[in-house]
Amino acid sequence: MAVKNMVQAINEALTQEMKRDERILVFGEDVGTNGGVFRVTDGMVAELGADRVFDTPLAESGIMGMALGMALGGFRPIPEIQFSGFTMEAIDGLLGQLARHRYRLGGKEGVPVTVRSTFGGGVGTPELHSDNLEGLFAQSPGLRIVIPSGPYDAKGLLTAAIRNNDPVYFLEHLKLYRSVTEEVPAESYVIDLDKAHVVQEGTDITIVTYGAMVHESKKAIEKLEKDGISVELIDLRTVAPFDIDTILNSVKKTGRVVVVQEAQRLTGIGNHIMAEIAEGAMYDLEAAIGRVAAPDSHFPFGQAESIWLPNASLIEEQVRKTMAE
Amino acid sequence: MSKQDFKLFEDMMKKSEAAIPLVQILDEKGKLVNKGMKSSLTDEELVDLMKVLVWGRTTNERLILAGRQGRIGNLPPSEGQEASQLATLFAMNKTDFVLPTYRDVIPLVHHGMSMKNAVLWYRGHVAANIFPEKIYGLPAQTIIGSQIIQAAGLGYAYRRDEKDQVAFTYIGDGGTSQGDFYEGINFAGIFKSQAVFIVQNNKYGISVPREMQTKAGTLAQKAAAAGIPGIQVDGMDPLALYEATKTAREYTMAGNGPVLIETLTYRFGAHTLSDDPKRYRSQEEVDEWVAKDFLIRMRTYLGEKGLWNEEMEQEVIDATTKEVNDALDLADNEPKMKVSQLLKNVFEVPTPRIQKEIEMYEAKEEN
Ligand SMILES: Cc1ncc(C[n+]2csc(CCOP(=O)(O)OP(=O)(O)O)c2C)c(N)n1
Repeated sequence: MAVKNMVQAINEALTQEMKRDERILVFGEDVGTNGGVFRVTDGMVAELGADRVFDTPLAESGIMGMALGMALGGFRPIPEIQFSGFTMEAIDGLLGQLARHRYRLGGKEGVPVTVRSTFGGGVGTPELHSDNLEGLFAQSPGLRIVIPSGPYDAKGLLTAAIRNNDPVYFLEHLKLYRSVTEEVPAESYVIDLDKAHVVQEGTDITIVTYGAMVHESKKAIEKLEKDGISVELIDLRTVAPFDIDTILNSVKKTGRVVVVQEAQRLTGIGNHIMAEIAEGAMYDLEAAIGRVAAPDSHFPFGQAESIWLPNASLIEEQVRKTMAE
Repeated sequence: MSKQDFKLFEDMMKKSEAAIPLVQILDEKGKLVNKGMKSSLTDEELVDLMKVLVWGRTTNERLILAGRQGRIGNLPPSEGQEASQLATLFAMNKTDFVLPTYRDVIPLVHHGMSMKNAVLWYRGHVAANIFPEKIYGLPAQTIIGSQIIQAAGLGYAYRRDEKDQVAFTYIGDGGTSQGDFYEGINFAGIFKSQAVFIVQNNKYGISVPREMQTKAGTLAQKAAAAGIPGIQVDGMDPLALYEATKTAREYTMAGNGPVLIETLTYRFGAHTLSDDPKRYRSQEEVDEWVAKDFLIRMRTYLGEKGLWNEEMEQEVIDATTKEVNDALDLADNEPKMKVSQLLKNVFEVPTPRIQKEIEMYEAKEEN
């Protein structure tokens, strides 16, 4: 097996799926000739043709609307929104139309659209390029939101998303594009979209998280384990609707839980996880549910990211606090 | 086939493009051609304009250098577009309001923002956006298209209050594909906003060529659908850019509603320092446009008039280099941002919940 980064893994998933099914189209701003501003679609025009991987005019609402229309015409579109902050321009297309389509049609006909986009702190982008807006989009029924934490998951989850007949909003964390590498099988494979991943088992406390915070949590766990604290780490993979059973089973076992997200306390999906735990495992808890999240300002200007984003030491601190209760 | 042929459609297509005038006063060789308009600039104003243009170019060059040295974040340079940015601005009053894009930070400096703030903006520091009251402009807009509707609203407010002020806004060729662009010019038309929309057509939106943005032959003709005037201007001709903008300002101040100006310009360098333009455009094309550089024709024209020479240019270059270097040093000394400060920026009066967070972070920050 070859070691790959997330950019390579996603490129591979897209290419393999497009070779398997010629009705799949990839389009968006700069995805064609330029190969995407992060080179995720690099080489795909040459390999698959300019009529299957192509640039669009600069209009997110247009991109999202086109996707639904193409799906009505029997294609399986994979539109790209260059940065997830620009999804604001296409909220109706995503939440008002794509997410509702099957429901409107009495459940009979879905739209197999996988919207890819980027987000996530730690690389010093301009405003609205890195914001964690998943909680905002997660407020809609009918839409799966997937956030892979590494190359292996990215390939398997994206492949599953493309093959799924409902819309998926697939969010790629900018910091993870090249900073994490791991072995990724050359052949196609799918990962169940509706199951969280128990990254490691533990007995004292559960950490529930996703995306880049999986890696911050791992760093924290290394330190905690030295003091004999056994941590179970859950990576949600699909953050909406998330896999509540895996979380509850874990919490019932450990009796303690810390929910970690990169998003602000008042946004994100951590609140929903906490509510589900409170409802489903309240009497199994030995301590209040802990939480690590960002401050409740807008996403910070580039230079303030390092003091604003949650990190391993905040996670470690919170776990120790929850353990001590 | 129906009995009709397509002549009706085809004739209409030809007409819509033919209707767009192109303004050019000073051609590539530095000769006055007076297509569409004539220059009204005095000799003294010509020299001032040239100084501003050289200042703009030097600022770009120095900032790019600083970017390469890692003293600035990832900046979107505007080399090649300085005339399109600054000769238009030259026609505005200091109290006219500018709504710029991320590429128009240099014009914002010319309109009154400090160079230090510009550096801080590129670096991603909130202090960049804190203006003294006397600057009539917004921090550079990141979201493409949003500024167009805002300009329609501000221009409406100016008209309602009978202000001698105009909302000027910039957008790129790519940006004209956004729904917000159409909505903005349409609203401005209906509400007779005191606004001027300047479309800087530099031929690319990152890698996507202008021809892939729209089937329309010009971007200026989009104005027709909003029922407002739209013209093209040679974006490498500072005299035409100035005159067109000045006339547009007078037109809108006379109560006629907004104007759209498409400037035909070119970005000599990369989209941002992390972009590689070799992936999507040829060196021949770049060379062709570099030969059209407004500085070349201005040197010829002003030189022949005895208004400009190398020493004068060097003086501006030296002063500007110092201005940028000083700004970089000043920006280095800007205190680092604090989380408590960012939290205080969210509401006029922090909500009780945010107040708690502020206190928590202040306690941490003291240590
Ligand atoms: C709503 C929105 N979509 C996409 C982007 C990403 N983006 C930044 S610049 C750019 C190209 C813009 O092209 P154009 O409008 O022609 O202006 P230019 O950059 O050439 O000055 C794109 C796609 C953005 N900033 N905002």
